[in-house]
Amino acid sequence: MADVRTETMTVNMGPQHPSTHGVLRLVLELDGETVVSVAPTVGYLHTGIEKTCEQKKWQQVIPLVERMDYLGAQSNSLAFCLSVEKMLGIDAKMPARVNAIRVLVAELQRISSHLVWFGTHAMEIGAITGLLYALREREIVMNLNEMLGGFRFFPSYIRVGGLKEDIPRGYKEAVKAFLDRLPGKLDEYETLITKNPIWMDRTRGVGVISYEDCCKWGLYGPIARAAGGDYDVRRAFPYCDYDTYDFDVIGASNGDVYDRYLTRVAEMRESVKICNQALERISPVGAWACDDKQVVPPPKDQVYTEMEALIQHFLIYSQGFKVPAGDAYVPVEGPRGEHGCYVVSDGTNRPWRVHMRAPGLFACQALHKFVVGGMIADVIAVIGSLDVVMGDVDR
Amino acid sequence: MAEIIAWVTSPEFIVYASIVGVVFGGLQISAAVMVYAERKVAAFMQQRLGPMRVGPYGLLQPVADILKLFFKEELRPKAADAFLFTLAPIISVATAYVAFAPVPFGAPTTLFGLLDEPMALQVSDVNVAVLVIFAVASMGVYGIVLAGWASNSKYSLLGGLRSSAQMISYELAYGMSLATVVMFSGSMSLREIVDLQQGYWFGVIPKWYIFIQPIAFFVFACAGIAETNRAPFDFPEAEQELVAGYHTEYSSMRFAMFFMAEYINMVTVSAVAVNLFLGGWHGPFIPPEYGWLWFLIKLAFLLFCYLWLRWTLPRFRYDQLMSFGWKVLLPVATVNLLLTAAGVLYFGL
Repeated sequence: MADVRTETMTVNMGPQHPSTHGVLRLVLELDGETVVSVAPTVGYLHTGIEKTCEQKKWQQVIPLVERMDYLGAQSNSLAFCLSVEKMLGIDAKMPARVNAIRVLVAELQRISSHLVWFGTHAMEIGAITGLLYALREREIVMNLNEMLGGFRFFPSYIRVGGLKEDIPRGYKEAVKAFLDRLPGKLDEYETLITKNPIWMDRTRGVGVISYEDCCKWGLYGPIARAAGGDYDVRRAFPYCDYDTYDFDVIGASNGDVYDRYLTRVAEMRESVKICNQALERISPVGAWACDDKQVVPPPKDQVYTEMEALIQHFLIYSQGFKVPAGDAYVPVEGPRGEHGCYVVSDGTNRPWRVHMRAPGLFACQALHKFVVGGMIADVIAVIGSLDVVMGDVDR
Repeated sequence: MAEIIAWVTSPEFIVYASIVGVVFGGLQISAAVMVYAERKVAAFMQQRLGPMRVGPYGLLQPVADILKLFFKEELRPKAADAFLFTLAPIISVATAYVAFAPVPFGAPTTLFGLLDEPMALQVSDVNVAVLVIFAVASMGVYGIVLAGWASNSKYSLLGGLRSSAQMISYELAYGMSLATVVMFSGSMSLREIVDLQQGYWFGVIPKWYIFIQPIAFFVFACAGIAETNRAPFDFPEAEQELVAGYHTEYSSMRFAMFFMAEYINMVTVSAVAVNLFLGGWHGPFIPPEYGWLWFLIKLAFLLFCYLWLRWTLPRFRYDQLMSFGWKVLLPVATVNLLLTAAGVLYFGL
């Protein structure tokens, strides 16, 4: 048998493939079904958003950045707003109520993103029913978004200088109802999957990565935490008063697909905890933006009665506001990991450069660390566990 | 000539021909019903309604599906092997039909006194029925392997390879579990095996082989799911991995034939399981001449289990099935076979 000629087969997985999360293309070299090498090709969803941002006024950038990581929309806008606010110097005087609402919105966004991840991940390993269960709960988060901004997917609710407007009537009650419902539903999902022997066979010891490799390849986030790391931006570089919340940084130690699964499911439970705390802090009435008149438009009753307010309103809506020259990078803990926005200003009313640190791109880069030596079915499990969003990768 | 006409018009022939027709048509209808059932069961498990638009409660959905498949364009990749590409679905669907031939589905009946002597409700009562089914069903894998090969597509090829690897790993255990039952009953004819399961222990527990041979039933069920390429063993077409596996390149009626073969195979395997382990058409409350009702009820239950598993469980990895087949199913089936052999030999069970 020794002289039998064997050769590897090159399989082009994607960009049109059911399980590549949109349009990720993998050129796989296979020996039988074992993966010998993998070459991810990104760029099929390139939208030029980062470049487009340079043409837009500061406030107009928000709907654009939300469309990068479309599953974690409001973690993009939060990162962008925090960076711009840092340059404007208004980050310290942000009212606590705004911070609490931002935390609430960001954590709901994390839950929503993780629910999609859970559903697609389960589906890709064959448990199709899990997808529809998870989307059922996510639908509620979408409805909450609709209450906030009138838009289910990209509410653009978080704005530079605060929020779009105050939270609508009934929002807190609706959030509370969702938060009460979710943990029971998570238990339901877990009975379906977590201890399922097939699921454990498919995911344990698959796609293992060490914490050192996570650091080398920049995989900060749930992936690194599942490999034994404890880096969480919410803990390490608190923003929006995260240091005053009581929550655990979820971690595991094996760094395989199963541990990433456990980490993310537990993160959803932690998010529920944080959301409940944030809800308590949000007073029924209060500020929904900072009081910087250069950035935040004056209230409508003043616009209609006072000359200065009218002029200010006109200025902000026609020319926007100027941001002092300089640059800023503020990371947030997005659903997929450290999600930072690097913003450069040349002192005008438009950004000079907006760059998003996309966790998905790093995950694509490091893909060979996970899949080489595994089988085709493992590639699918790994991509699911990395939770890449191609909009985030390509931008 | 007159003899032929007399034979053709004799009641026996007409009944016989209609049984063949009933089986053939029934299998075809069962595939359509299964498509509808699959979509409805899946929908209810996923908190959806499923098809609701075509007919009341979407009951005409299978008709719409079939019409749609008829009118689709028959695509064949240029690089595909034209002959094998067309042959593969034919093999699949033909073996699926043939495998049902020796399966009885009811007690011999005189059709309410219409006939002089009772007719067996099956296409042909083969005395080695178990072997025939085993042999013909194994042929079905050729359809899949050839489809994978002839398509000249990498995903199809991987699907075909998986299917052959899968077959090797479950067939042995499958055969062992069948041998256990055959040894126990001392017959290879499904009709005789069914009739041996008549009656009750202590007046309540039916004398079905599932209660004597639960292990053999378990092995048979696992191998049967693997044989029909259903979840959690649906590797040859694993959608999330291989796009559509062996039928990636198929469209229209060629695809429909694979589709039909899959459902008919499910029906066949379930029917065999009903006959071997669940007492066939024997059961309480229903008079023997309506035994086929029991048969249908048991069949429907097993088919529902198929759907239930598919929409609940994640998929195995195909090397895991192989190790499951070789390291778990085969030893278990072998030990079970030896124990049964010892039992039959020393205690004359």
